[in-house]
Amino acid sequence: MARQAEAETNDDGASKVTSPSPSPPPPPLPPRRKPSGEGPAQVAPAQAKPTTAVSSIDISTLSFPDGSRGTFSTNAAQAVSAPAASGYVTPVGDLADSMSIMSFAPTLRPHGDLASLVAGGLNRKSRAWNMLRSQSETVQPFESIELGALGDLAGFEREFDEIPDNTADDIRLAIWKSKMKHYMILSSAGKPIYSRHGDLSLVNSYMGIIQTIISFYEGANNPLLGFTAGNARFVIAIEGPLYFVAISRLGESDAQLRSQLEALYMQILSTLTLPTLKNIFAHRPSTDLRKPLEGTESLLSSLADSFTKGSPSTLLGALECLRLRKSQRLAINNIFLKSRSEKLLYGLIVAGGKLVSVIRPRKHSLHPSDLQLIFNMLFESGSIKSGGGESWVPLCLPAFNNRGYLYMYVSFFDGRTDAAFVGEAAQQSPESSHDSTSENNSERASNNVEDEEEIAIILISPDKESFYDLKEMRDKLAAQLTKSGHLSLIRSAAREGRPKIQTVAPGAQISHFLYKSRANVQFCMSSVEPASAAQTAAAAPEPSGPEKLLTHRRLMTLYHELHASMHAKYAHLKVLHAVSEDAASLAWITPIFEFYCVAGPNVSRAAMAQGANRIIQWAKREEERLFIIGGGVF
Amino acid sequence: MADSNTPKPSSSVKLVLLGEAAVGKSSLVLRFVNNDFQENKEPTIGAAFLTQKCNLPTRTIKFEIWDTAGQERFASLAPMYYRNAQAALVVYDLTKPTSLIKAKHWVAELQRQASPGIVIALVGNKLDLTSDGAGSGGDADGAGAEDSGDARKVTTEEAKTYAEEEGLLFFETSAKTGYNVTEVFTAIANAIPETSLKTARGPGASHTAGRTEEQRVNLNGPRDPNAKEGCAC
Repeated sequence: MARQAEAETNDDGASKVTSPSPSPPPPPLPPRRKPSGEGPAQVAPAQAKPTTAVSSIDISTLSFPDGSRGTFSTNAAQAVSAPAASGYVTPVGDLADSMSIMSFAPTLRPHGDLASLVAGGLNRKSRAWNMLRSQSETVQPFESIELGALGDLAGFEREFDEIPDNTADDIRLAIWKSKMKHYMILSSAGKPIYSRHGDLSLVNSYMGIIQTIISFYEGANNPLLGFTAGNARFVIAIEGPLYFVAISRLGESDAQLRSQLEALYMQILSTLTLPTLKNIFAHRPSTDLRKPLEGTESLLSSLADSFTKGSPSTLLGALECLRLRKSQRLAINNIFLKSRSEKLLYGLIVAGGKLVSVIRPRKHSLHPSDLQLIFNMLFESGSIKSGGGESWVPLCLPAFNNRGYLYMYVSFFDGRTDAAFVGEAAQQSPESSHDSTSENNSERASNNVEDEEEIAIILISPDKESFYDLKEMRDKLAAQLTKSGHLSLIRSAAREGRPKIQTVAPGAQISHFLYKSRANVQFCMSSVEPASAAQTAAAAPEPSGPEKLLTHRRLMTLYHELHASMHAKYAHLKVLHAVSEDAASLAWITPIFEFYCVAGPNVSRAAMAQGANRIIQWAKREEERLFIIGGGVF
Repeated sequence: MADSNTPKPSSSVKLVLLGEAAVGKSSLVLRFVNNDFQENKEPTIGAAFLTQKCNLPTRTIKFEIWDTAGQERFASLAPMYYRNAQAALVVYDLTKPTSLIKAKHWVAELQRQASPGIVIALVGNKLDLTSDGAGSGGDADGAGAEDSGDARKVTTEEAKTYAEEEGLLFFETSAKTGYNVTEVFTAIANAIPETSLKTARGPGASHTAGRTEEQRVNLNGPRDPNAKEGCAC
């Protein structure tokens, strides 16, 4: 995938960027270099340079008094001379919008927002060129990839298939080797603990090799962090007596793979707690940890698979919330708080993996990595969902306290049947709603389409005897939510799904976006769907399972690359625009948000930036609907 | 098992399922509560709480079922679930002898620590994996089963003898086919004494035999051991 990468400031458009603080004092100008002979229209894209090679562009960084940083290219001085002669007028919609990036360079353009900053040479092309472009802009990301020519992702649709037991060893080994992502966990004594693919008889010898390699470097007090073999990247994380290894051919960065391994470690701690884990190995370093972890393989695997499929939540280290009106969320929080049991530590309402409401003690907040473990257990693996009824689960939330267990009460609301129920009769006593549980379960189990709408109440207590207290609280809460109509409200909000670009920013040429609110550690994203359906009004056929999986992975691979470039050490990038054969992408980071978006390969930077601006303005406007700010506190 | 609206005395019975991991505890419950079965069900984490009503001629029993996880690390939580329980289902896997040993440990623990009147049923699950399978269960005794080279590793005889010695109800079931599952719960419901006092298991068990006859006609096998068990008491 040949791609050209340009940091935002490497061309004539701009001199610098600053954070969106209300009215920051103009920072000192960057050091000027002596102007070279390059004309502003002369855009020499760093062809075929990988995105990560930001160092190829001479970027200097300046810290501003408000703690933000600005990035400047060294030919910034020429920016002044970039006239508005291109005829391109940036539609600056909302001047008061503090989110837009302002240029402090003296420029002829009155309001240099992002769109004008990155409006590069492309706009100075001939009229004919522009007309041609306007045609090609309808090309969707990844559309150019033909079926059969899957490139790097060939065979990805078989990634999650089991390795058959009943075939010859060499065939099984070949299948094992064809997997694009492996996760392995072993003890420092070399005992295998977990492997995502292949049973241990198959991978045992490889585990041995890995252990030998890691131990060799350990012995030299020079721990091995990672290495590359062929097109596979190996990343190693050592956590006390455990070795974690990720092997990936999906192009994630080391930091990203390491955070995935960290999540697997958290899952193990969540099962055992840190003191127990330490004890086990302190007494017998050769212990087989598989026994104490028995039954949690499915949790590790569903976690691993969500990484392999591509998880925006893990990538951004943030949570997704259900979009609700502020007043509605407040009302739900209040009902939640009113029915609170004395034994409660944390209370959560979650719909289809999206947070609806949280209540918590004033002095404790919930850590996203803990919630990720809970969501994985509830929504990704079938352990709890398939059982039906209510669950009472001891678990350790390592980011909250890795030394002890909490007890989690979980109850799912029923699928469709319950919805009809609520619609017809808002009145339902807790008794009858409870009795209906068992009858409706079977329907829910057989109806996976409803997954997105599944609503769970999660109540966490430090007291292991508090099941009946929390159950009573749940019944009270469920009755209140049903009676007040909030349950059906949550359900319809969940059914609505993620926001569509066409509603967020009508006409924008962006196909997908991720927006993370850094202060709230939450993110929102647009629904993944063929935007062509909306644009050409031709009903695109619903993508089939494997195709959907591939599209999602491509998108996530792109986001991972963008994210890696933005977060590369010493890069201090603010805005990054990258174009490849298949797609164009834009990343933009400020102290307030991180924004990533993807568009078709031919969409101009100006158009992308304009779309990005509108989406960000929308997110700003909708902040209290998209994100939970604080939650209910007691 | 739908609730008929005839006014009958109704009482709640706390029932706990115990047994080694992967013997089919949750599958038995899922069959009983939802009449459903899932292949490759993922392991239970912690415990699940479900309810299901059971109609007897004279009364309605509302089972409050604690389906516990079988993994060793959850064992320390078990007392919380069997405390005050009026009934327990101790489950083993017919194809795995070690699971019967584990079941015996659970029976011993229950007899030592649980409420004195607790009704315990020993249940050998996964009958569908044996040659006697569903429907013909009980015809083939242990010896015959072994001859046919099926997956059965625990003979009916062995488990039945043990159950009789300990005064337990005994069933072989298949959660997959549904064979004998409802019967287990009905038998337990019948064995719970009207006044939740000292067990009167004998009459209860023989009552069970009559009751299951009403519900399903084609059951011939495993009810007999049950009836015998009742007499043996």
